[in-house]
Amino acid sequence: MSASETLPFTTAPSIDPYKLGHDGRRRRPDDGGAGRNYSTGHGEGGPASKRVIVAYGFWIFLLSDIVMFSAFFAAHAVLRSATAGGPSGHELFDPRSVAIETSCLLLSSFTCGLSAVAASVRSQLWTQLSLLITGILGLAFLAFEARDFMTMIAQGAGPQRSAFLSSFFSVVGLHGMHVSAGLLWLGTMMAQVFVKGFRAVIMRRLLCFNLFWHVLDIIWIALFTIVYLMGEGL
Amino acid sequence: MLGKLTWNAIPWDQPIPLVAGAAVFSIAIAVVAWVVLKGHLPYLWREWITSVDHKRIGIMYMMLGLVMLVRGFVDAIMMRSQQALAFHAPGYLPPEHYNQIFSAHGTIMIFFAAMPLMIGLMNFAVPLQLGARDVAFPTLNSTSFWLTATGALLVNLSLVIGEFARTGWLPYPPLSETTYTPGVGVDYYLWALLISGVGTLMTGINFVTTILKIRAPGMSYLRMSMFCWTALAANLLIVAAFPILTATLGMLTLDRYLGFHFFTNEAGGNMMMFINLIWAWGHPEVYILVLPAFGVFSEVISTFSRRPLFNYRSMVMATMAICLISFVVWLHHFFTMGAGADVNAMFGITTTIIAVATGVKIFNWLFTMYGGRIHFATPMLWSLGFLVTFVIGGMTGVLLAVPPADFQLHNSLFLVAHFHNVIIGGVLFAAFAGATYWFPKAFGFRLHEGWGKAAFWLTLAGFYVVFMPLYVTGLLGMTRRLQHYDVALWYPWLLAASLGIVIMAGDAACQVMQIVVSIRRRDALRDETGDPWNGRSLEWATLSPPPAFNFAVLPKVHGGEPYWEMKRRAIETQQLPAEPEYEPIAMPRNSPTGFITAFFATITGFGLIWQIWWLVGIGLFFAYATFVWFAWRDVDEYVIPAHEVARIDRERRRVHDERLQQDLRHHQEPA
Repeated sequence: MSASETLPFTTAPSIDPYKLGHDGRRRRPDDGGAGRNYSTGHGEGGPASKRVIVAYGFWIFLLSDIVMFSAFFAAHAVLRSATAGGPSGHELFDPRSVAIETSCLLLSSFTCGLSAVAASVRSQLWTQLSLLITGILGLAFLAFEARDFMTMIAQGAGPQRSAFLSSFFSVVGLHGMHVSAGLLWLGTMMAQVFVKGFRAVIMRRLLCFNLFWHVLDIIWIALFTIVYLMGEGL
Repeated sequence: MLGKLTWNAIPWDQPIPLVAGAAVFSIAIAVVAWVVLKGHLPYLWREWITSVDHKRIGIMYMMLGLVMLVRGFVDAIMMRSQQALAFHAPGYLPPEHYNQIFSAHGTIMIFFAAMPLMIGLMNFAVPLQLGARDVAFPTLNSTSFWLTATGALLVNLSLVIGEFARTGWLPYPPLSETTYTPGVGVDYYLWALLISGVGTLMTGINFVTTILKIRAPGMSYLRMSMFCWTALAANLLIVAAFPILTATLGMLTLDRYLGFHFFTNEAGGNMMMFINLIWAWGHPEVYILVLPAFGVFSEVISTFSRRPLFNYRSMVMATMAICLISFVVWLHHFFTMGAGADVNAMFGITTTIIAVATGVKIFNWLFTMYGGRIHFATPMLWSLGFLVTFVIGGMTGVLLAVPPADFQLHNSLFLVAHFHNVIIGGVLFAAFAGATYWFPKAFGFRLHEGWGKAAFWLTLAGFYVVFMPLYVTGLLGMTRRLQHYDVALWYPWLLAASLGIVIMAGDAACQVMQIVVSIRRRDALRDETGDPWNGRSLEWATLSPPPAFNFAVLPKVHGGEPYWEMKRRAIETQQLPAEPEYEPIAMPRNSPTGFITAFFATITGFGLIWQIWWLVGIGLFFAYATFVWFAWRDVDEYVIPAHEVARIDRERRRVHDERLQQDLRHHQEPA
């Protein structure tokens, strides 16, 4: 009995995720960017598909972005208690507002994931809808964050007040700027999906956008923990 | 309306920058006029400015690096002559100008000479050695280059519009804060490096992806040439270290522009944090520069010794060890700043450990040559010069790694001599070795050997005459960056150093002559076979200059040194492998995206430096518009038809076959 007979229900050959790139049958040296969904592993299989190359490169970018954030986190860790006689995090942070921001962002990550599912089944309506909700949640997040910032500045606790507040506004603001840039990108993506449909290049960009948005979430979790929760305890 | 920019920004009362600026400006205008009048503009636009071909971009990086090398060298001449004249005298450069010159010299040499030279070599050679058709993201590659050029342009603009930083090549706070440096000098520095830093980061991402994801079939990690390995390590370092630079300079920018307190004296700022952060980038940066240099020497030494690289695996191990350890040595740049004996000891030890990995490499190169048939071509001379010079620089480095010794030598000319010893002896020699080595591949003809050798010997002599005296003055207690001095003991040594810079100027002249003579005699120096040095890695398997697609059919790799293997097999079987079936090849289309992005980045940067906010708005808006426009294009590839591929490759096969027949006749001759 041959191997194919033992798996009568699969039409496409299955891919073992732990053996990506090691399966001799799947090695195609130069596929011209057809976008197959496997990598070529340790390297005897020739160039990877365009989808793998793009996603991999974008991951490397995201890692570099995380390194940049970590420098700001380090600065915040150093300057956290340098309040220069001004207010500390405990006096300034509004846990309710931060909780709302966190929920907005986490929910938006969920809807962003939904958009990836919708795109994979090529549903224009659901892709656009979930991207739209993602965008609205992102905007809501930014609005709450801006309100927090305004309140603090109105209390005389702006970034110029102390080194602690400088680092606070920078690290949180840098994340906010990433979300803003993400929203610009999201708008561009929605237009592209609408005009150009689900061709391979658009699918790759959607994949990258998804990665980006989820990484913003990961960074927010670190922010929430290190800046807000630990800052609250000071 | 124009922010801080007024007519007073142009230094009317200082003849040196004014004349230099006017000269550069006139030359630039003359070149542009010549290009336009001769009708070369369409060619330049089509073949170079909008090109996304890694080979073209590599060559443009090299050209940028060489031009900036000249600019930095002029600064060096001014510093050496100032110190030769400023014994008991003011010299000819006032302090505020002298301070700008040493700051500009360091900034330009590291960021706009050494970096472009190394990135240029990687751009040109890595995809060819991997057996790839281009880098992972060709348009991004072009954008990286043009953003680097933007940074270089901004730095040079500061020569005539405003001023450059007077704070050294790393602007330590609180001196670099607005309180103590209110002018635009530091702002020029910050925006030039922030913008070009984005370009460098994207290069890092591009090359890590290229090396890990698009190698020829069969090219497993341990079959890659050593230059690809060192390029991988250097680009991993770029990805991990350059974001720290961006963050640190971003914080200083916030301090200066918005009154933040990261590094200020007041309100809890912590200037030691700047020193820590900047060197957390700065030390890996040293290896970003020197690792590709090690790769170049590995290629050159192996090729010209006619032997495989000795102990390839230990070379890989040493490279990756340096890549990792380079992140845990940064504190040795400021042993004197009071971290305490334990911390200093720890960083002293890590620093000496990194020298072990480098020592492994030195021995591997020596053993590669041992028993080989060494051919003393110009690239090999640079490599031999490197071996001797770099060992001296490395040993003074290990000396500086000992904290008690460092307390004596910190910030002295001994330190200055040390890092010039490793950067000139390592990176610059590699740039020249690599440029001479790959020049025939890039242009189809070799560089003239006589002038190349003259340039090498003058550089080597000039280097020792400049920097050995500086070691001595450092030991005699002379600190760096002195505009004038009264110590008679130092004077003769500084005179000797200025004699050395004259020898170095002779080297520069020889380099120019080498290029001029080579171009004039290009027919005699023509590289007909694509393999002028009897090379071992894949870049020599294709024609010189290579076609846009590099390889008509992706080469199949069966072991290390794939081209050597191909040649061996051809001689064994007495024929070339059968003609492959040619298929059409899709290549990325040219794109002006990089150039346009850099244009608006320049506008934005200039607006930010002079605080012309409407200009910043315009720049940012159009940069975004360029992004959307680029994202919107539908056709990003063009197809080279199979018959065209076949035509080009049959030419290569004809050349290779001729050479094979020659080799066979040569082999059959009775001994």
